[in-house]
Amino acid sequence: MPFLLNTPDDQQAMLAAIGVGSLDELFAMVPADLRLKRDLAIPPALTEIELSAHMAALARANSPAGDQLCFLGGGCYDHFVPAVVDAIAGRAEFYTSYTPYQAEASQGNLQAFFEYQTLISRLTGMEVANASLYDGATAATEAVLMSISATARHRHVVTAASVHPEYRQTLAAYLKNLGVEISTVGTPGGAITPQDLFDAVRDDTACVLVQHPNFFGCLEDVERLAQIAHDKGAMFIVIADPISLGILKRPGDYDADIVVAEGQSLGIPMQFGGPFLGIMACRERLVRRMPGRIAGQTVDRRGKRCWVLTLQTREQHIRREKATSNICTNQGLLALRATVYLALVGPQGLREVAELNLRKAHYARERFASLERFEIVHARPTFKEFVVRDRQGQVENLLADLAARDIFAGVPLGRWYPELADCFLVAVTEKRSRQDIDTLVAALAQSNRKVMVAHA
Amino acid sequence: MRNIRALQPLFDLAKPGRRATRFPKSDVPEVPLTKLLPATAIAEQPPALPELAEPDVVRHFTNLSTLNMSVDTHFYPLGSCTMKHNPKRNERLASLPGMLDLHPYQPEETLQGMLALLYELQQMLGEIGGLPAVSLQPAAGAQGEFTSLLIASAYFRERGENRTKVLAPDSAHGTNPASAAVAGFTAVTVKSTPQGFVDLADLAAKLDHETAVFMITNPNTLGMFEPNIKRIAEMVHAVGGLLYLDGANMNAILGITRPGDFGADMMHFNCHKTFSGPHGSGGPGAGPIAVTSVLAPYLPAPLVVREDAGYRLDYDRPKSVGRVRSFFGNVGILVRAYCYIRSHGPDGLRRVSENAVLNANYLLARVKHIFPVPQGDRCMHEFVASAAKLKTDKDISAMDIAKRLLDYGFHAPTVYFPPIVREAMMIEPTETESKETLDAFAETLFRITEEPAELLHEAPHTTSISRPDEVRAARQPVMISPPPGSP
Repeated sequence: MPFLLNTPDDQQAMLAAIGVGSLDELFAMVPADLRLKRDLAIPPALTEIELSAHMAALARANSPAGDQLCFLGGGCYDHFVPAVVDAIAGRAEFYTSYTPYQAEASQGNLQAFFEYQTLISRLTGMEVANASLYDGATAATEAVLMSISATARHRHVVTAASVHPEYRQTLAAYLKNLGVEISTVGTPGGAITPQDLFDAVRDDTACVLVQHPNFFGCLEDVERLAQIAHDKGAMFIVIADPISLGILKRPGDYDADIVVAEGQSLGIPMQFGGPFLGIMACRERLVRRMPGRIAGQTVDRRGKRCWVLTLQTREQHIRREKATSNICTNQGLLALRATVYLALVGPQGLREVAELNLRKAHYARERFASLERFEIVHARPTFKEFVVRDRQGQVENLLADLAARDIFAGVPLGRWYPELADCFLVAVTEKRSRQDIDTLVAALAQSNRKVMVAHA
Repeated sequence: MRNIRALQPLFDLAKPGRRATRFPKSDVPEVPLTKLLPATAIAEQPPALPELAEPDVVRHFTNLSTLNMSVDTHFYPLGSCTMKHNPKRNERLASLPGMLDLHPYQPEETLQGMLALLYELQQMLGEIGGLPAVSLQPAAGAQGEFTSLLIASAYFRERGENRTKVLAPDSAHGTNPASAAVAGFTAVTVKSTPQGFVDLADLAAKLDHETAVFMITNPNTLGMFEPNIKRIAEMVHAVGGLLYLDGANMNAILGITRPGDFGADMMHFNCHKTFSGPHGSGGPGAGPIAVTSVLAPYLPAPLVVREDAGYRLDYDRPKSVGRVRSFFGNVGILVRAYCYIRSHGPDGLRRVSENAVLNANYLLARVKHIFPVPQGDRCMHEFVASAAKLKTDKDISAMDIAKRLLDYGFHAPTVYFPPIVREAMMIEPTETESKETLDAFAETLFRITEEPAELLHEAPHTTSISRPDEVRAARQPVMISPPPGSP
């Protein structure tokens, strides 16, 4: 067996020390009638060589978008991951350790968490951040739960159709049993109309949850939306794109109460959707309601600066059913990746990458607009994504045709938005060159001809 | 050798003008920003991140890593966490570009290898658990618990039953009652007997027609297989409730017995424990769930299904509880779990459990004369020893022992859990340790008990810091570095 150390002699010596005659006897406390009397029906063991060949074959049966022309987004992006991020996250002292219950043996992890929290605080403009949650969707949901508890308004929350549909589905699943009603403001224009939000927020609304830039790539009018929420005593929760914060105002600047984000853009590979990084930052007054681990600075007995897990009385291992959340395992290694990424790019690098995303996406948007077959659906300003309508309504065929040519042109929207069944979402990151975008547009034009021929 | 200078806070290492990662110049037309974005949306300055050069970043984090104990460097018998060896092949194979660079919204035709892997993992977990319907979506064990409780409530809702209570033993992980509360149930605690088993009389008194679920950890957090598990399942089912198996301790029973066979209706796996996903300084984990075919319609969407034309993601699940996170799941960890299971096969998985149980019993036999083990002379994959007598006799606490172990190059066991044992030390050696390591650990424990209490109160002595002031950290919380320029 690949990872066992006990030799037959060891086993005999150990059994003798225990005072039993066989391995089987060790399992005497498992009632005989419950024992599995056959082998598990799973495939036989593979050696490392065999497993490597098998996995290589499975990998070859995929066509990884990240190795090709990837214009897919919708909450997971083909951003550049610097080599240093892999090198540091590949240090076994990080990835084979666990939650720092023994601070003295975990100062590396704790200091890294503290630095992560500091970077996230600066990125978002909030006073505090936790050491990570599962992903953007659960971070958004936990933020809503925080707002319900902090405002003691247990009946109603407001969000918008321009928030990632899977985040809203997650929120709905979490709130279903709690009797909290969710109002979803429609966004036919691609973003929330302040009047629509005003009409939706009630005196018993716990929070307004928005995404900025939103799922369609459009900017929301966050300053007015925050004002509307606060006028009714509701909290304002923003789902941010961390890369966009290289150029856009920080949520702290427009009075958000809680900021959450999907941190995948910060040095984390796409890996078919996870593990990713749930970022959460908030105002200091809310910290005792925040879920998840938090690293805090203190001193040791000799007065030396050091770090510990702090405010643990919020957590399930102390408070059980009264905890702020049930989270235990978090995304520490992904928080480390984000920390290293932000340390590498620095303020200027983050600004540059944000500008590159913005400019390239706008270039692509204009190129799409120049093709007769396509229409840019939303007139509002966008960051790195935009929605395109195929006037021929052939989205699935079109995307499949391009994928067969190793171009991943966009994410079809019909699954979540029936009214956008003829639309797809295009994302452009810093990894795409002008030539890549031109190649995409040329391929679309070709596909255009083909379908025309087919129709003729 | 540790480099103290490089361990300074990241922000102290920074200097204006330094750069690491640079991006190419824009190759698209330079449109003024204000033509692309409303002026009111644009920040005047980028966030105040530190400015560092690549060598600074590398040296800083590399040195930080040396301050950690880890499975690759130390024996790490942290009970309940199954800190087993993390195979390097899994790291390499999960990082193949054909696995790592997949976007979750790629067309399914371009994902057939990944979907085949995930489908096969669903099947294998169903077989290992004896519960045929599997969702790989939950991000961690606690989310698996929560998702299963949502499934229970959807099931009862459809049956027109209003059940409000979720029961769990007092020895349960804190996540059990916390998950119950988050899922909208009232958490009810069931007592344990002095041996650490479920108190059947107390269970009977608390089970009623408002009981939705009884959550049990089996083997339990004392490392004991619940002798009455079948009776417990019958009692729960007799009132119409469901039995949930917290799979944190599956490492003890792979191929030995199956939760579905001992009466569980739902369970989660901890892929980062049982199936060797690295613990990553706190995560990521992955907490797939398995349920009976009766409960299958309520599983989160999507599931991977196999059809003649190939593998497909099935979103069309009208009775589903919905989704509990974005995208498919913590796939990177699921791929490692897949590699682990395929590396072992049926015989190998059984031997994993046999050796995990052998190692734990051997260590128990070595230490029980000094540290009473309240539950007796046998255990499954872990055991809970008590330092209560040492505390009384010599003023040596479980915490003192934990801290002193660090000086000797061992990570500490889990201490003060489960709460039903005084001065608890929960020790889980795992199967990937040798007799020599276990002997050395046992001898070190004896040696520590003979050291002066004053020395132990001040331990650890050799780590990068001494005991931290946790009270100060909680009373005057400092959770971020002060802004630049502040005193």
